[in-house]
Amino acid sequence: MPRASAWTLGWLALAVALVLLPQALSFSQQEILVFLTINVLLVSSYRLLTLTGEWSLGHAVIMGVGAYASALVTKWTGLFVPLSMLVGALTAAAVAWVLSFPLFRMKGFYFLIGSFAAGEIIRLLWKRFQDPFGGAKGLKRIEPMPNLDLGFHHFDFFLPTNYYYFALVAVGICLWLMWRVERSPMGLAFHAVHWQDKLAQASGINVRGYRMLAFVLASGFAGLSGALLAHYIGTINPGSFGVEQMVFILTWAIVGGTSTFYGPILGVVVLTILNEIVLRGMGFEQARPLIYGFILILSVLFLPKGLESLVQGAMARWRVAAPRPAPVEREKQA
Amino acid sequence: MLELLAQTALNATYAASYIALVAVGLVLIFGVMGVINFAHGELFMLGAYAVVALYADLQLNFMMAVMVGLAFVGCVGLLMERALFRPLRDNPLGGLVASIGFLLILQALVVMGFGVRMEHIPPVTQEVIAFSDRVRFPLSRLYVVVAAVVLLTALWLFLKRTRFGWALRASAQDPEAAALQGISINQTARIAMFIGAGLAGVAGALTAPLVSVNPLMGHSVIVTAFIVIIVGGIGSLEGAVVAAVAYAFVHTIVTTFYDGVIADIVGLSLMLLVLIVKPHGLFGTAERA
Repeated sequence: MPRASAWTLGWLALAVALVLLPQALSFSQQEILVFLTINVLLVSSYRLLTLTGEWSLGHAVIMGVGAYASALVTKWTGLFVPLSMLVGALTAAAVAWVLSFPLFRMKGFYFLIGSFAAGEIIRLLWKRFQDPFGGAKGLKRIEPMPNLDLGFHHFDFFLPTNYYYFALVAVGICLWLMWRVERSPMGLAFHAVHWQDKLAQASGINVRGYRMLAFVLASGFAGLSGALLAHYIGTINPGSFGVEQMVFILTWAIVGGTSTFYGPILGVVVLTILNEIVLRGMGFEQARPLIYGFILILSVLFLPKGLESLVQGAMARWRVAAPRPAPVEREKQA
Repeated sequence: MLELLAQTALNATYAASYIALVAVGLVLIFGVMGVINFAHGELFMLGAYAVVALYADLQLNFMMAVMVGLAFVGCVGLLMERALFRPLRDNPLGGLVASIGFLLILQALVVMGFGVRMEHIPPVTQEVIAFSDRVRFPLSRLYVVVAAVVLLTALWLFLKRTRFGWALRASAQDPEAAALQGISINQTARIAMFIGAGLAGVAGALTAPLVSVNPLMGHSVIVTAFIVIIVGGIGSLEGAVVAAVAYAFVHTIVTTFYDGVIADIVGLSLMLLVLIVKPHGLFGTAERA
């Protein structure tokens, strides 16, 4: 079978599996599936940011900017919810753009802590200003997704299954966009800025400009994930986007690994399954921070390249164990 | 007005003392090991809980509880050095991430042991030094100031006058050259970690009767410490002390005239401002690692 059609078949099979997946799950598991889908977008956007070598600790707050912006826009103007989500994403990108001026004067640890501080400022503003952010209690009764009748199916977005389909489409498009970005000359420049920043600069690449671009793009996608979350759960507060959420993003990215596109996705999927099936199923839900802490430490110590390195290793071994018959075919053709 | 300013200055002096203890510890750890210890606020929290356990629950002498707190948290620091930072020596980001993991573990353990509620600690002394009717300084706050001055002076003498101090500063400047001179990197890392963690612990222990003690208290401490070490320049001990004093005064004044949240925002904004003007902090020279 030619390689291209094998890939197409593979993608089709994945799509069918993702569409059928909710049928196999309980109601509460379907809800978790919605969160998982949103988190896939969140952690993938975080990887886009790390492509240029800078690790931010403000990503959870940027996600919150998208959530707050989208929720407030629908409250004030009654804008159609999917459009307001885009507004949320754009707002997050705009805030990131403004922040990038002070932040990208720094590198390394200074950037890390600077981004953390910038995020804290935003979070404190939400907390301090009752109007319009609702203070520490946050925003409640956020406009839900309006129902949608497509003829063959009536989508009531209160149901997790339907919202899952909506999020799946949105996240799928975003992942495709991010994939395209990484494969474009822009993506190559991101990698160059990370691994060879002196050389990149000497080759006429605007290093700081590309760092800012990656930060702004990543923040836009993070903002969209926040908006997707806000209109599903209907209530957000400054605590939803605090250190704990940031630690989760960091854990998913580090456990999965960030050198491949699928690494962080692998991380969030595996940890969510572990969390829901193992911890909640066995009644260890209370010990979640403890177990996340151990997972974070153990993966940094013993699996520094993440779960993706296991996949890469397995694939390399598989290729050695089962050499392709390709050379033989080529001989025949010759 | 003058009285209000005097009172604010006294409060700021107290705040500067414990912030300086925390920040100097953080800088020492960064200087010698090249890693930002994100769990430093939780070490402060552990020190406070040492006082909860020994002084409030077991009713030991307060000074004794503080001493044990210092030693205990210092030992937790040794554990961190051995288990996390030594294996991750060539991976500064890894060290930071591991310390975030450790922070979660410490919080969870304290929640398991003590619960999430705020702890009540009986005051050590009710005595107040009254300069005038409206300018008053509780004796318990003076203890913190005195302890900070004594400890920081002792640390300064240790670093400048003893062989260990020389070794510590040498390995902070250039670990490889220090190792070539026969200085054990592992030993200097252990000393730095014990002192750094111990200072955070003693600051937490001393202030425990004066602040609200709960498992999440480390968060605001680490945010403050970050501001201070960034403004002071990450590698500079003197910078950390100066920045701690400056930050404490700004924060206390804004708290007095507006409110605490605004003061936090002002502090963070000032930090970003310093970074824009001087990306390596006021006293920083160059970036390490």
